[in-house]
Amino acid sequence: MKRKCDKCDRPATHHSVEIIKGQKIEKNFCEAHAAEEGLESTPHKPINDVLKDFVAVQSGGSTADDVCCSLCGLSFSEFREHSLVGCPECYKAFASLLSPLLERAHEGGNHHVGKVPRHAGRIEARQVQLIRLRQRLSDAVTNEDYEMAAQLRDDIRRFEEQAS
Amino acid sequence: MNTPLKFDSAGEWLKGIGPSSDIVISTRVRLARNLVGHLFVNRANRRQQQEILARCRDQLAGAASTDHALWVDINQADELDRQLLVERHLISRQHARSDIDLPRGVAIGARETLAVMVNEEDHLRIQVLRSGMQLNEAFEQINRIDDELEEALEYAFSPQWGYLTACPTNLGTGIRVSVMLHLPALKLTGEIEKVRRAAREMHLAVRGMFGEGSDALGDLYQVSNQTTLGRPEAEILADFQHTVIPQIIAYEQQARQALLRQRPTFLDDKVWRAWGVLTHARVLGTDEVLQYLSHLRLGVNLGRIQQIDIPRINELFLFSQPGHLQKLTENPMDQTTRREARATLIRERLLNRS
Repeated sequence: MKRKCDKCDRPATHHSVEIIKGQKIEKNFCEAHAAEEGLESTPHKPINDVLKDFVAVQSGGSTADDVCCSLCGLSFSEFREHSLVGCPECYKAFASLLSPLLERAHEGGNHHVGKVPRHAGRIEARQVQLIRLRQRLSDAVTNEDYEMAAQLRDDIRRFEEQAS
Repeated sequence: MNTPLKFDSAGEWLKGIGPSSDIVISTRVRLARNLVGHLFVNRANRRQQQEILARCRDQLAGAASTDHALWVDINQADELDRQLLVERHLISRQHARSDIDLPRGVAIGARETLAVMVNEEDHLRIQVLRSGMQLNEAFEQINRIDDELEEALEYAFSPQWGYLTACPTNLGTGIRVSVMLHLPALKLTGEIEKVRRAAREMHLAVRGMFGEGSDALGDLYQVSNQTTLGRPEAEILADFQHTVIPQIIAYEQQARQALLRQRPTFLDDKVWRAWGVLTHARVLGTDEVLQYLSHLRLGVNLGRIQQIDIPRINELFLFSQPGHLQKLTENPMDQTTRREARATLIRERLLNRS
């Protein structure tokens, strides 16, 4: 039997399985709701990725002790799969795990030397807060909480104006 | 396409001008940058990706240093147009992929010396391309653009890790310097290993411009830095400018002189055989065209043949690629007709204008 979309009665065309704190969370969406969820950017997963997902589900709890970035939720094993981190905060979350890799990739280099943005000082503190606000905005829009969304948009704007 | 780009001529960087342009085809500098307060492209949802795209596009359109760059929406561009942009080194293969539906684009500067990809692996991939050995000029331009964009956009940065990038191999300065070299004499004399050794000593990578593996088609090699963390931009540039590239140029010049002195007939045979095939063949594949164009280019640079000049040969390196061939003949083609069209185009360009 074909699965239905989690949000309406249309058939689901997008399926995803995520493991959060060892718990398996399945999502099924139709075309339109997948777009809303931002899922449609990888409609055709390469077959080996699908396999990896499958293995991850089967092995269940083994991913539970994986280190995760508290800001974007990326786990270190996900990073290893694609060699890409998800946000600036990942570098802190995975600092000790990444350190040998960085040194191997950069002739032993582990500290930046070179150009620095003019506003470097204030950037660090702001980047985490801004991402959090944007994530909450995203959730609010998804949940159709437009009052909250408007409030958050104002907050983000104020936050950005403060800086410039 | 929705762009007034001219595909019937080569971009500025293939004009065969600039210092050492007999050996150095082009110089490229690119910077990887991400906006502050956003997740990286691979982790952002579609709404966030669109927001990033809009912000970058607006800034690029308004920036004085980008010289009113032309915006191309990659999602709207058809497959052939994307391929043309790849062949002209204005976007990456990754950016051109048709199996991903990511909101993304590229801003292309006048004369195609500047290209800024938005929402590739990083929010911004700024690239400056110059003909010949023009590293300092390229860096000066890209630095100016970077400064101007940073004022309005603000980049993700940390004092310890520098400019923060999606892939840890770009962390720090986010700079990738690549110099494209034409090394036919080193190939003919079997000494290409010297180049690899010189580059390896400086932790630089050597790749063939076309094709995978050790055999560089068209004898075109790309030398680029790997290290981006722990070394300042100026040092990385200096390695290229004062050490590795002059050394490789000297090797190639020695090999060319050795061929002229010791094996002039062998050299002339390569050059004139290339001319003969390219002006008479009726069916030509990409690989053999690249090889013959390479020998022809060597012949012109050493004064062994006067029938053609360097800009025209450089242009043919580009026009014999599948996308350009298809565009120039305005005909979607299968592989067989493409090989015929390639032979016709090359024959006409070499003979009619000589």
